[in-house]
Amino acid sequence: MKARIHVTLKNGVLDPQGKAIEHTLGSLGFDGVNEARQGKFIELDIAETDEAKARETVTAMCEKLLANTVIENYSIDLEQ
Amino acid sequence: MKAAVIVFPGSNCDRDIQVALRQSMGSEPQMVWHKDADFDDVDLICLPGGFSYGDYLRCGAMSAKSPVMKEVVARANKGVPVLGICNGFQILTECGLVPGALMRNSNLKFVCRDLHLKVERNDTVFTKQYQAGQNIRIPVAHHDGNYFVDAEGLKALEDNGQVAFRYSAEDGSVNDHSNPNGSLNNIAGVYNAKGNVLGMMPHPERLCEDVLGGTDGRPMFDSLVAALS
Repeated sequence: MKARIHVTLKNGVLDPQGKAIEHTLGSLGFDGVNEARQGKFIELDIAETDEAKARETVTAMCEKLLANTVIENYSIDLEQ
Repeated sequence: MKAAVIVFPGSNCDRDIQVALRQSMGSEPQMVWHKDADFDDVDLICLPGGFSYGDYLRCGAMSAKSPVMKEVVARANKGVPVLGICNGFQILTECGLVPGALMRNSNLKFVCRDLHLKVERNDTVFTKQYQAGQNIRIPVAHHDGNYFVDAEGLKALEDNGQVAFRYSAEDGSVNDHSNPNGSLNNIAGVYNAKGNVLGMMPHPERLCEDVLGGTDGRPMFDSLVAALS
């Protein structure tokens, strides 16, 4: 099973890299970008085939290592 | 006094702390490889600066999970003093020994220069030989030193006196202009609630000898030796 994890900064946490992306897009003439937020994408190939168990395991992985929950949120998509 | 310096793959200030400790202690600190969870009982544990594990995933994230850190957390919780400098501070936040997180500098630049710090209190084992309110000159060298904690956490830090140092100007004033990285409330270093764990971005170990251009870092190591010997 594939687990695709997006890690993003929480709302209210300043994202200076996102700001820089936003400004550069503006300077390239791409108008209308209200905000840019940068995050991480992590893809795991896992042996577990049961979706509920896989979600539980990947959630534990996010809590323990993949995300820093002081500043980051995470979302998990599973695909058989 | 016995001290241990934990060495991770990618640490690069471990020798600097070793030299600073040797000077203040008059004896050799123990250098502990990160896989050696079973090290001697010591009075002080230091986590050095550097780029452990290449800063992969997040600064300090991998090191916080290394075998030795379980032991460091257990000892810190029993009251053993732990000093984390720069990457060591990042590791302390990642393993939860001090609150908050260190994010990319707000101006996105690596900042590498001497700057000034206001010493908030001098009643801890780390700062007895400074004066409360003293302005000291200490080098910084980091890309991810922008201290963040949520509003509730920030209030708790301030209310409990857990702020150790703030970035200041040469004249001692603390304001946005003297903030090199966007840290909330100019925070350069924090204590845990019990005050036996200190994490800080600046490098006192790099300014402990006249030949290096200053000695404002030395009182930290002298304080530790005086308190723990």
